[in-house]
Amino acid sequence: MSQVKPIESSNDFVIKFANVNGSGSASANELFARAIMRMGVPVAPRNIFPSNIQGMPTWYEMRVSAAGWLGRRGGCDLMVAMNPQTWDRDVAEIEPGGYLVYDSTKSLPRSRFREDITVLGIPLTAMCNREYTDARQRQLFKNIMYVGALTALLGIDFAVVERLVADQYRGKDKLIGANVNALRLGFDHARANLPCPIGLRVERADGVGDKIFINGNDACGLGAVYGGATVAAWYPITPSTSVIEAFSSYCRKYRTDPDNGMARYAIVQAEDELASIGMVIGAAWNGSRAFTATSGPGISLMQEFFGLAYFAEVPAVIFDVQRGGPSTGMPTRTQQSDLISCAYASHGDTKHVLLFPEDPYECFTLGAQAFDLADRLQTPVFVLLDLDIGMNDRLCRPFDWDDSRRYDRGKVMTAEMLDAGKNFGRYLDVDGDGIPWRTIPGTHPTKGAFFSRGTTRNAYAKYSEAGTDYIYNMERLRHKLETAKKLVPAPVLQPASQPTRFGAIHYGSTSPAMAEALSLLEQQGIHVDALRVRGFPFADEVIEFIHAHDEVFVVEQNESGQLRMLLLTEGEIDPKKLIRVLHYDGTPITARFIAGRIADALSARKVTPIRKQVAS
Amino acid sequence: MTYLAKPKLLRSDAPRNAVGYTRRDYEGAISTLCAGCGHDSISAAVVQACFDLDIEPHRVAKLSGIGCSSKTPDYFLGASHGFNTTHGRMPSVLTGAALANRDLIYLGVSGDGDSASIGIAQFAHAMRRGVNMTYICENNGVYGLTKGQFSATADKGSKSKRGVVNSDTPIDLVALALQLGASYVARSFSGDKEQLIPLIKGALRHRGPAFIDVLSPCVTFNNHAGSTKSYDYVREHNDAVNRLDFILPRDKIETSYPPGSLRRIVQHDGSILHLRKLDADYDPSDRVGALLYLQERQALGEIVTGLLYVDSGAEDLHRHLNTVEKPLNQLGDAYLCPGSKALEALNASLR
Repeated sequence: MSQVKPIESSNDFVIKFANVNGSGSASANELFARAIMRMGVPVAPRNIFPSNIQGMPTWYEMRVSAAGWLGRRGGCDLMVAMNPQTWDRDVAEIEPGGYLVYDSTKSLPRSRFREDITVLGIPLTAMCNREYTDARQRQLFKNIMYVGALTALLGIDFAVVERLVADQYRGKDKLIGANVNALRLGFDHARANLPCPIGLRVERADGVGDKIFINGNDACGLGAVYGGATVAAWYPITPSTSVIEAFSSYCRKYRTDPDNGMARYAIVQAEDELASIGMVIGAAWNGSRAFTATSGPGISLMQEFFGLAYFAEVPAVIFDVQRGGPSTGMPTRTQQSDLISCAYASHGDTKHVLLFPEDPYECFTLGAQAFDLADRLQTPVFVLLDLDIGMNDRLCRPFDWDDSRRYDRGKVMTAEMLDAGKNFGRYLDVDGDGIPWRTIPGTHPTKGAFFSRGTTRNAYAKYSEAGTDYIYNMERLRHKLETAKKLVPAPVLQPASQPTRFGAIHYGSTSPAMAEALSLLEQQGIHVDALRVRGFPFADEVIEFIHAHDEVFVVEQNESGQLRMLLLTEGEIDPKKLIRVLHYDGTPITARFIAGRIADALSARKVTPIRKQVAS
Repeated sequence: MTYLAKPKLLRSDAPRNAVGYTRRDYEGAISTLCAGCGHDSISAAVVQACFDLDIEPHRVAKLSGIGCSSKTPDYFLGASHGFNTTHGRMPSVLTGAALANRDLIYLGVSGDGDSASIGIAQFAHAMRRGVNMTYICENNGVYGLTKGQFSATADKGSKSKRGVVNSDTPIDLVALALQLGASYVARSFSGDKEQLIPLIKGALRHRGPAFIDVLSPCVTFNNHAGSTKSYDYVREHNDAVNRLDFILPRDKIETSYPPGSLRRIVQHDGSILHLRKLDADYDPSDRVGALLYLQERQALGEIVTGLLYVDSGAEDLHRHLNTVEKPLNQLGDAYLCPGSKALEALNASLR
C-alpha cells in the first residue's frame, strides 16, 4: 500500500508510544524497553509527559541504537498510536516509510492514514473486552497486549519478555501469569494476522554489557546515602520529588539500624522551599551532612538562605533538577536554565560551586562527592541535573565505590585541638587556601563557641561593621573560590580525530547527543574538539581550552546561553569567540540539531575542510 | 558595642552551680539594645534559668531570626554556639540543627515581627512538627530596628508613637501555639522575673515544642500612652493564671503551699512543675480549656500570663521520625555508607 519503501533497520530506530496519561502505559512501555535491552541492544527511553495526573497526552519515545547512542535522535520510525486526541499529529510525525501500530477495533476512514507508511491494526479493545470483564484490567492489559504484539512485530524472542515479567513480579505469581497471558494474546494475534517481523528488527547483540538502567533522580538519592547525608529537608516539586523518594527508600534499606529498627537519617517534608533550605543549613551548621532537592522555582525561593550559607560558611548540598519556569511553566519539560540563578545565587557578592552530572552514574558519583566538597569548602554545593536525566531511565556504567574512601569532613576543629591551644578564628585564613576552621556546636565547654551571622563580624566571629573586616572577609572568600576551582571535578576532553581550530563546550544531559553529533560531523569532515564541563568555578583547563581554539561552540539547553555567560565573565573571554548553540523548546537536545547548527555555522563562514588548513 | 569584650572581673567566691559554673559564665557580650529594653530582662532570665538548671553552656544552641529580639542571643550564653539566621526563618534552621544532634538544648529567640509577620509559616510548622525546643518570642508589637512600624501582634486600636492607629486584627501567638500542637505554652512579661524564670526553666526541661510569649515593652517606640504593649498597660491588664515553681528531680517536693492550690506536673525527665494556682478553675492540662480561657479574658481586655498549657507526655520530632539515639552528626562512615558490596547487589537489580 505504501509508495515509499518501508524502512529496513536492525537495532537502530526510534519507536514512539502515544498514550493517555494515567492509563498504566508507562510501566508497559518500560517493560518493552527492558525487553530490548535483555536482547543486548542499548535503548534510551524518554517520557514526554504533561503536568497532569490523568487524561492528558503523554509520549514515551524509545531510541534503539546498537551503536549505543543514548541521546534523542529526533523523528519516529514506528508510532504506537493509542491516543485518539493526538492521532493526527502522531501519524504526521512518522518518517516516510515508517510504521503505525494502532487499535483497529473501530474502523477509521482512509483519510486519517498516510500512504507512505505501513499501517498495522490490532483490535486491542475488542480483544481485551473478550478476555476481561473488569474495566481496570481491560485498560491495563491493553497496554501489555500491544507489548506482546510489538514483540512479534520486531522479532524479539518471546521467552526474553516472559523471563523479564517473571523477574519483575518475582513472588507475585498471580501477576506473572496474568501479564504473560496478555503478552501471549498480543504476540499470537500479531503472528497470525500481521507481517512479522516488519522491517524494523531487534536482533541479539552484545551492546549492553554490565551497564545498569536507572534514572538520575534515583541515582542522586543513592549518592546522598553513600555521601553520608543524614538530614534531608524538601518540598515537593516536579521534577525533583523522586530524588527524596529514592533517598527515603534507600535509607530504609541501608540505614535502618539492624538492632532496633531505628533510622540513621531524618527526612522532613517542609512547609516550603525556604524552610527546606533553612533546615539543611541548620543541620549542616550542627555537623550533619544535609541536602535538599528542588527545581527552578525552589531555587528562586531559597536565594536569601543561599547567601547566608555562603557568608556564614555552612556546607549544604542542593540537587536542582532543572525544568522550565516559573509558576506552571513547563514543569515536565527539560531545560538547563538555572545556571545563572545558582552560580551567583542571593544578594551580595556570592559565587557558588556547581556540579554538572551527565548521566545517572555521575548523578551518583558527583552527588556523593558534593558532600565532601561542601564540607571541605564550607559552602553550598549545587548538583545541577535536569529532567531529561533526572526522570528518564538511562543506561550507564554500573555504580562503584571504593571501600577505603573516607568522608572528607573538611576543617573541623575538635576539642583536643582546642585544648592543644590551636588558634581558633572562625573566619580566619590560617592555611592560605581561604578556608577557615569551624567548630561544631557542643564541642568544648569553654573554647571554640562562636556566633554565626552574615557578614557583620570579624575573623573571630565577633560583631563588626568595620570596612576593613568586611574587605578581609570578601578577599578570603574570593581566595576560597579559587581553591574550589582545583577541587571541582575536572572537565572531560574529547579531542577530534585531527587538530582543529574549533572547539565545543557542553555539559550535563547534552553529553550523549553531543557525542553522537561529533561523530556525525566527523563523517562530514568537520572536526571539533569537545570539552565537557563538570564543575564551576571553572577549572583552569576550561579557560585554556577556549584560548587554544579560534572559535568555540557553547552547546546548551536554555535560551540565553547561560554557560556562555559564565564563561565570558569568569574567563574574561571575547564574546565573539563563543558561539551559541541553543536548544530550549523543552524537549531534550538531539544530535541532529547540534551537528546541523555547527555545520551550518561553519559553512556560513565558508570554512574549507579543516584538514587542509591544518595540514599546511 | 558588642565587639568590645565584656570585662572579665570574676570574684573567686562567686557562687557556683552543680556543674561548677558561676552565673557570669552564662552571660554574653554587652547588650547594644536601648537602656531599659524589656529584652535585656529576658536575657537575664535566660542566664538565671540556665545557671539554676546546671546546664553546661556549651550544651545549648541558641538561634534567632532578625530584629532587636534576635540580637539578644549574643548577650547571653557566650560559651554556646549561636546562629543569627535570616528574618523569620529561625524555626527551620533550629529544626535542622535539632535533627542533627538530639542531645543539645535548643533555644530559639524571636520577636513579634520575626514570628508573627514574616515568619508565621515557620513558627506554625515548627510547633506542629513537635520540634524539641524552647521558643521565646520577645513581643513588643513593634519593629524597633526599622523605627517603629506596627507588627502583626499590635492590638487593634493601639497607637504608634507617631500617632497612627492600628486597624488590623492582632495575631495571638499563644492561641496559635495552642492550636498548632505546642506541648508547653506560656505567656509572661519581661518585667516579671519571678514568673518568667520558672517558665523558662520549665520550657528548657520540656521535651517538645515549648513556646513562651514574653511581652516586652519597647522603651523607644512602644511605651507611650495609647500603646497596649507598654509597661504600664501590661501591668494594669495582666491576669496571671498561675505561679510556677520549677523543681529539679533532686529537690524535695515543695510543701509550703496549702493543698488544693498546688498542681504538680512531672515532666518526661522527672523535673517537676508546681503551679501555684491563682485561679481555682484553671487546668493547664486542658488544651481546649486554655484556648477558651485565653479568649474569654482577651474579650475582657485582660492579658493572661502564666503556664497556659503543658502536656508532660508529649512526643517530639525525633520520636516521630524514629531516629537513632546517637546524634546523627556523630554517626561515623561505617554507619552511613553501605559500601561496595551493597552497590554490586544493587547494580545487579538494575540490569
